[in-house]
Amino acid sequence: MNVFLGIDLGSTTSKAVIVDKDGHIIGRGITNTRSNYEVAAQIAQNEAEFNSRFTLLHRRLKTDSNGSFDWGDIISQLENRFHYLQYRYRFYRLIEVMFENAALLENKELSGKVTTLLKKIQDDMLIDVEEKFLNGAISLSSDFFRDIFSTGYMQAIQDEDKSYYDQLVALYDRSITPVENEKLNFDFAQLAEEAIELLPEKSFQEDTDFRKNLDEVELLSLEPTDYIGTGYGRQLLPFEEKHIKSEILCHAMGAHAVFPGTRTVLDIGGQDTKAIQVDKYGLVTSFQMNDRCAAGCGRYLGYIADEMSISVGELGPLAMNADYEANICSTCTVFAGAELREYLNLGEKKENVLAGLHKAIVQRAFALLARSGGVRNEFTFTGGVARNQAVVKYVSQMVEQNYGKIKINCHTDSIFMGALGAALFSSRRK
Amino acid sequence: MDIQKENSMIKQKHMLAEQFIELSQVKETGKKVVYTFVPGNLTELIYAFDMLPVYPEINSLQSGMRQKSKEYIQEAEDMGYSEDVCSYVKCDIGMMLQGNIGPTGQQLPNPDILLLSYTGCFVFMKWFENLKQLYPNAEIAMLHIPYQESGKIEANAVKYIKDQLINEVIPTFEKVSGQKFDNDKLGEKMDLSAKAEELLIEIFDSAENTPSPIDAYFGGVYYIGPIFTAFRGSEDCLEYYQELLKEVNYRVANKLGPITPEGYMKEEKFRLVVEGPPNWTHFRGFWKLFYDMGAVFVGSTYTRVGGVYDDGFRHSSNDSIKSMAEYCLGCYTNRNIPQRIDLIESFITKYKANGFLVNSIKSCNSFSAGQLVMMRDLEERLEIPVGFIETDLVDPRYYSYSNIKNRLDSFFQMLDQRQSFNIGDDIVPDDVLT
Repeated sequence: MNVFLGIDLGSTTSKAVIVDKDGHIIGRGITNTRSNYEVAAQIAQNEAEFNSRFTLLHRRLKTDSNGSFDWGDIISQLENRFHYLQYRYRFYRLIEVMFENAALLENKELSGKVTTLLKKIQDDMLIDVEEKFLNGAISLSSDFFRDIFSTGYMQAIQDEDKSYYDQLVALYDRSITPVENEKLNFDFAQLAEEAIELLPEKSFQEDTDFRKNLDEVELLSLEPTDYIGTGYGRQLLPFEEKHIKSEILCHAMGAHAVFPGTRTVLDIGGQDTKAIQVDKYGLVTSFQMNDRCAAGCGRYLGYIADEMSISVGELGPLAMNADYEANICSTCTVFAGAELREYLNLGEKKENVLAGLHKAIVQRAFALLARSGGVRNEFTFTGGVARNQAVVKYVSQMVEQNYGKIKINCHTDSIFMGALGAALFSSRRK
Repeated sequence: MDIQKENSMIKQKHMLAEQFIELSQVKETGKKVVYTFVPGNLTELIYAFDMLPVYPEINSLQSGMRQKSKEYIQEAEDMGYSEDVCSYVKCDIGMMLQGNIGPTGQQLPNPDILLLSYTGCFVFMKWFENLKQLYPNAEIAMLHIPYQESGKIEANAVKYIKDQLINEVIPTFEKVSGQKFDNDKLGEKMDLSAKAEELLIEIFDSAENTPSPIDAYFGGVYYIGPIFTAFRGSEDCLEYYQELLKEVNYRVANKLGPITPEGYMKEEKFRLVVEGPPNWTHFRGFWKLFYDMGAVFVGSTYTRVGGVYDDGFRHSSNDSIKSMAEYCLGCYTNRNIPQRIDLIESFITKYKANGFLVNSIKSCNSFSAGQLVMMRDLEERLEIPVGFIETDLVDPRYYSYSNIKNRLDSFFQMLDQRQSFNIGDDIVPDDVLT
């Protein structure tokens, strides 16, 4: 079938979106960006392709059953298991490399001890995540292999013999990068069959067109008719020049397609912030990007999370519980870290400090918005940082304070706007 | 790479070479040297006293183009100048500290007069205060030019400048040169200036053609060379513009674009107007970012810093002193923001530009202040796509190729999108997310 692919290779995450010939999204894929950009793009594309097959399967089943049966739950359970099986494959591959690296240690006693510890924890680590995958608590569409693995691993080795902790951390560090940069070839049909086997209840296959539709969807060619790459790393994609487009245009296009009333777009990504003004047709009229300094971008949040030894996902919820915002006057990421430590040292609640940091990011973004011509109605907030509820809260507050009542759009798919714009551009190419 | 040069370029090169030879021989000829600035320069008056002008700004930009500025700036910063000080100033000070070797490799003479024509840039005053310390024997002549705050040339401002010229500048020139002021001699030079200015405008206006036979920014830097610096009011200058106009007319007749370092510009895809000076340290590479994309500049404000002739002003011998006062007041950076916007609007309209770009200069407050307001105003008035990039005059540390390229890629795609857009193309399904 005719499908169009958009890939947004960001500094932190790589996103892919597949649209059909009418411009409807059928698949989304996301992964963490890594040193091998080609692999990052390929993984994002594969994820989007698998997700597309599940969407198409769902569409067909829905049509065939005339709405008499709700397939949504089954498809989602199936996709959860599919993700788990992908995870499991990568998990074993990483463990294999870790054993290899452990065997290479010159100190044989250490080598033996580390290998024994690894053998001991590996099964429990997998059982632990299996449960989470199957009940939908984690998913490869929002959590990355590296993060899921390292969270479980660090927890597991902490509970073991502490004297080998550093060596075990080093072993992981040495092994994850080469494994992450390996190309992977998953067979959709095979994994889908295995996923069905993991379902608690399989009777839905009887007396329905499920099997016929699954077979057809497995065979569908989802080779993109056309594709466009965008984002910070777009020049490094193995694409010809005509398949590369600026992220400014792609973000504006994506935001305008989802919210056609959009006139101003704010996109906060990993290392750049963009303020974009568009006209009623979605054509960009002007834009501003941060220059020379990435304070106030997603990486800033990452740095703060590291400083506080928590995950990026926990920052927003913590900041939402603040009593007030501690005043963070620094606009430099590194100095903000120093301010953070000083506040905590003085006994300030970490929630209040985090709220201050979130507000500081938004203030910086608003300076950029002002440079680009301000906020016009409607205002659409996109990018990975738009997933952080505390940032959204301060963005909403500051829009109202500075520009009055303006309709603010923020979608759960905000992180995919650049890839969506790229996919739409490729679908419209004459 | 073989750089294609036209006769006018070769002539300008000779003119510059002769000028620096003359400067290197002042000990023998006894000629006096006046250091001064480009905006509101009094070149005709300096020559009317048989003195020679030196322009520290031009020396700085030449140092930038010759990749010497980094070292000079470092020298000035080692002395204590802050990172934020105008890079022209630091480059100039650094060059003087390292022996004042000019762009042709010859040593520049010390100034006999520091003519501080305070036009459109408040840094000039501090710059020469510092030069006074380096050259304690130089005489100072200050010419303060008030900003055109009201948006027009006021009679009292003209009188204020005339009084300074008569009571301070001319007496200092007489004292140092040992010559009496000769109004007729000045008048002859003013008339020659007017003729060259007439030709310059004809050259600028050739951008009304499609394709434009000139690049009014990168090429414009060469076109304004003689008239902005040491040659206005000379026969040589007039001949230069006659030659240049001939070349431009040839290109118009043959539907040719401007000459770039890689020959005639191939395809004209975008016609741009630009605000702000160019970057000098990466001049060729910066230019290439545009001509590779088929972007030609049909108008620029930088080519008006040494005098605005678009609204009819010409130097005149009728009342030379008054004419000099009006010239100084009218220079681009001496105008208020609404005037600057109006002038840019006239370029965009007259030269049929389809994009407006600001190259904001990190270390130049005089030029850069207000540029965002100007950009927004023009975007609203003309519904023209606008772009904004940031570089510096001669500090190479502020030229980030990837940042500039990234922004320009978006800017050109934005122009392209607009040019190829048809109503109806924007239709997307209401339920894109399903």
